[in-house]
Amino acid sequence: MNQRIHNSPRATRTAQRPPAERGPGAVAARTSLGDRWHSWLGHHREMAGESLRRFFATPLASGMTALVIAIALALPAALQLGLVNFQRAVAGWDGQPQISVFLHKDVRDSVVQSFADELRAKPLVADVTYISPDDALAEFQQSSGLADALTGLDSNPLPAVLLVRPRNTASADLEALAQQLRDSALTDSVVLDMAWVQRLAQLTELGRRLSAGLALLLALGVLLVVVNTIRLHIENRREEILVVKLVGATDAFVRRPFLYSGLCYGFFGGLLAWLLVAAGAALLSGPVAGLSASYGSGYTLHGPGISYLLGLTAGAALLGLLGAWVAVARHIKAIEPR
Amino acid sequence: MITFDNVNKRYESGQDALVRVSLDIERGDMVFLTGHSGAGKSTLLKLLTAIERPTRGSILVAGQNLNRLRNGQVPYYRRNLGIVFQNHQLLFDRSVFENVALPLSVAGCSKREVGRRVRAALDKVGLLHKEKHNPIVLSGGEQQRVGIARAVVNKPAILVADEPTGNLDPQLSAEIMQLFADFNAVGVTVMVASHDLELIARMKRRVLTLQAGQLIYDGIPSREPAYS
Repeated sequence: MNQRIHNSPRATRTAQRPPAERGPGAVAARTSLGDRWHSWLGHHREMAGESLRRFFATPLASGMTALVIAIALALPAALQLGLVNFQRAVAGWDGQPQISVFLHKDVRDSVVQSFADELRAKPLVADVTYISPDDALAEFQQSSGLADALTGLDSNPLPAVLLVRPRNTASADLEALAQQLRDSALTDSVVLDMAWVQRLAQLTELGRRLSAGLALLLALGVLLVVVNTIRLHIENRREEILVVKLVGATDAFVRRPFLYSGLCYGFFGGLLAWLLVAAGAALLSGPVAGLSASYGSGYTLHGPGISYLLGLTAGAALLGLLGAWVAVARHIKAIEPR
Repeated sequence: MITFDNVNKRYESGQDALVRVSLDIERGDMVFLTGHSGAGKSTLLKLLTAIERPTRGSILVAGQNLNRLRNGQVPYYRRNLGIVFQNHQLLFDRSVFENVALPLSVAGCSKREVGRRVRAALDKVGLLHKEKHNPIVLSGGEQQRVGIARAVVNKPAILVADEPTGNLDPQLSAEIMQLFADFNAVGVTVMVASHDLELIARMKRRVLTLQAGQLIYDGIPSREPAYS
């Protein structure tokens, strides 16, 4: 777009020249496209730097705003992290349902073995583990602590068990497989242990939705905090906005510093949120490790890693930018020279 | 250069600020705009600087019809104007240099070019040695000259001043007016709104006088003020 009124070459003119020699008229600044591009980039750089300077020029006020953002974001992030850790902790007894097939007590070992092989060949079955009565007794003695009482028994009361891991976890398939197993003459009873799996899944889903809902709500809170903060910034720089508009600033030019400020608030808020979550995880990791050790598990708490750092800072910066945009769209239009 | 054709301006309050004002200012002219407060001087300048739009009539500036100016074009239009305010409108959170550089950074000038032009403008108003000062420490006359440097730094075709000597003593006022005359001498079209009839009379330039929104005098006064 050519913003100049005239096309006469603008040279540096000396005051001595009479007006007649000035050509068709005085002309505004001529700036080449390349210069404009450099200047545009330069202005972005300048505004980014300036917004940082302004952020740190009032460390207490900026810090408090960033902290509000951080707390609002740390909450859902911590919940999410807790959820991830919970899922990892229960991954050992993962969501795979398992069918326990208790066989009649008088079935011979070789028959059981061939039955197990037969089951393994079925398309619905992924794996079959055979636990002989002796194995079952040994395991029971070990885990129950009733070894002394059990040695008092004359015979092994436990039946042989086949643990069948189905290939398909769809409940219809599971039921069908369980039915097939029940129909076998060798089978005493079949336990399709799905209830806890389903409960666990529901619980995880509940946690996930809760954290998502909380995140949404708190993101809105962050947005409002940024909108309000930027609105105050705009009010404080009202005079400056008027002046630059009078000397020909476009709306984009006026907007830019505020958008960068919003970005700044978001970014530092996100960074602080990550630090909060990391500190919390560090505080909890000791007790969690101790607890899991007492259960005989080597599970340790996973802190928020680099992905959390990136996600939180980027997400928060984006929220900040969005909030600034809302504030700017609402308030800068209203500041026009009168 | 500036043409008002039957321009009316009625504010939303119903007040008629300008009534059928027609005027024509040649390129390279220097014109004074006078009148009591409330006569329409400010309104005329606001129309010229595209702060307000005319209710009726058309305004042509350098061949550009301001009625057809879209809102997005207004900033680019203003870059061709130099505007000097009565209260100079300097920003006290930055140096003299940065104040003067404002129109250039807005227009997207390279750093090197900015430095060169700002110094040239400050040199013209005689304040080159104060570029690093904060304008708040300058005297009223100096502040106004910084305002003028800012108005001319972009080498505008038209210089518009609203009561530029409003708060200055006669000596300083005369200096400021001489500055405007100097810019006019190199071809800039200058329009100055002022109360200072004595000073205007001494300048021996074309005078436009507004009264109750109407143009009642247009000419070069010999001795008597155009209104009393």
